[in-house]
Amino acid sequence: MRNRSGGLYTAPVTVWITVFFVVPLAIVVLYSFLEKGLYGGVRYRFSLDAYRALANPLIIRVAWTTFRIALVSTIGTVLLALPAAYYIARSSRRTMLLVLIIVPFWTNFLIRVYAWMAILGTNGFLNSILLSLGIIGEPVRFLYNQWAVIVVLIYTSLPFAILPLYASIEKFDFTLIEAARDLGASRFAAIVRIMIPNIRAGIVTAILFTFIPNFGEYAVPQLVGGRDSFMIGNVIARELTVTRNWPLAAAMALIITVITAGGMVVYSAANRTRGRGSGRRV
Amino acid sequence: MSTKSGFPRFVYIFVTFFLIAPLIVLVVASFNASRSMQWERFSLEWYRRLFFQSRDLWRAVRNSVVIALSSATVATIIGSLAAIGIRWGRFRLKSYVQTVTLMPLLLPEIILGVSLLIFFASIGVPLGLGTIFIAHTCFNLPFVILIVLARLEEFDFSIIEAAYDLGARERDTLIRVIVPVSMPGILSAFLTAVTLSLEDFVITFFVAGPGSTTLPLYVYSAIRFGVSPVINALSVVMIAVTVALVLLARNMLKYIAK
Repeated sequence: MRNRSGGLYTAPVTVWITVFFVVPLAIVVLYSFLEKGLYGGVRYRFSLDAYRALANPLIIRVAWTTFRIALVSTIGTVLLALPAAYYIARSSRRTMLLVLIIVPFWTNFLIRVYAWMAILGTNGFLNSILLSLGIIGEPVRFLYNQWAVIVVLIYTSLPFAILPLYASIEKFDFTLIEAARDLGASRFAAIVRIMIPNIRAGIVTAILFTFIPNFGEYAVPQLVGGRDSFMIGNVIARELTVTRNWPLAAAMALIITVITAGGMVVYSAANRTRGRGSGRRV
Repeated sequence: MSTKSGFPRFVYIFVTFFLIAPLIVLVVASFNASRSMQWERFSLEWYRRLFFQSRDLWRAVRNSVVIALSSATVATIIGSLAAIGIRWGRFRLKSYVQTVTLMPLLLPEIILGVSLLIFFASIGVPLGLGTIFIAHTCFNLPFVILIVLARLEEFDFSIIEAAYDLGARERDTLIRVIVPVSMPGILSAFLTAVTLSLEDFVITFFVAGPGSTTLPLYVYSAIRFGVSPVINALSVVMIAVTVALVLLARNMLKYIAK
């Protein structure tokens, strides 16, 4: 192809993504500033009702719950993923160890959530084991609370955190650790002060890949959550289908979009400073 | 440096167990005669019901396959062309195309679902297989573009120049030089798109209408209120099919890459 025909080649995608992605997002922005219609939809009159409704204590509580669940599940995911990725990167059987992490994710997402329902349910696997061992007298209700949501979110996010961490640890030059050790650093100090700063881009990627989808999660709290784990995604769906306050749903969708965009800015900033500071791309 | 430190190893083993054990529980449960998770005896009853008494389920499978193949085909064709344009082209909207096409990948799924639902409702398009097709093509595009771009990175532009020097026209160069060389990338993009489409629940949930139930939507309604043994059997079949497909795809790509 010739340089000048680039626009021609990209034209179909440009049109597609403009019509079915940019325009719909613009409509969401527009709707968030309109009055709500009687049975869903909107009335074309400017209004800040949706943004006023966001200040409702109920919505603020849901936003806080969402943030807390996304944060706790992200911390849990990264704390598990970091040592696991480190172990894979330092092993001589990397491919096999990676495959063991990836294979479970060939399974459908809902089936993976469902597996946890089968384990944690009142008639589930865990309860039947604990009952037959006599540890508990009657079934425990493990499901339908925020801890079930957090466990399942960690479960579904782990590979998305392990893979970028593995990629950056694998490129890390481990002679730097030896150098630090020779200069008298403890093993732990060498890892925390030399390796962690060098794999920062991987850590930031892992955090974003976990936090952003978890913050906008809909299915997991719907299936294994309860009253204490109603998340923004669930409120959006309810406003769209049941309560039918579309401007409010639009405003909440916008907030998630803005938070995601903020995360992306942080991400590219983290990448840039690292490239400049250390003088070498790791 | 020795890697015999116990802690990372312990965490790795724990993580692997944590990831795989739930699926093993499902496999075992699918052969259990009992409806609960308490083991009763071996039985193929749930498989019998899955294959012979679940017509709605198979209709959902058919919808899913139709949408996966059609959206993956469209996304692969226009996405591959876009990747070629982005790689070598210099044109006005380039940075717009590069940023905006990747956004559906970065935003949480629910945003694409909600914005498309509001969009379709505002212009009066009835929800159904058509709207699901459009939505799936949207989220498949960034993956196709990234995968094909990665393949094109290894591609030497002088081959294209050589084709022109030898008198090839634009279209000949595309069909006889660029496409064949990037075929492994294009095929793995297509397979990724098929997989993503078969897998999607959240976006589909928002843009589906009556009569356009896909397999994930069917599974969702079946597990909504707890455990269902037929779904155990379905899970095992789905795991087996995906493993077979991935192995097939890997061998196919290896063969083509040669």
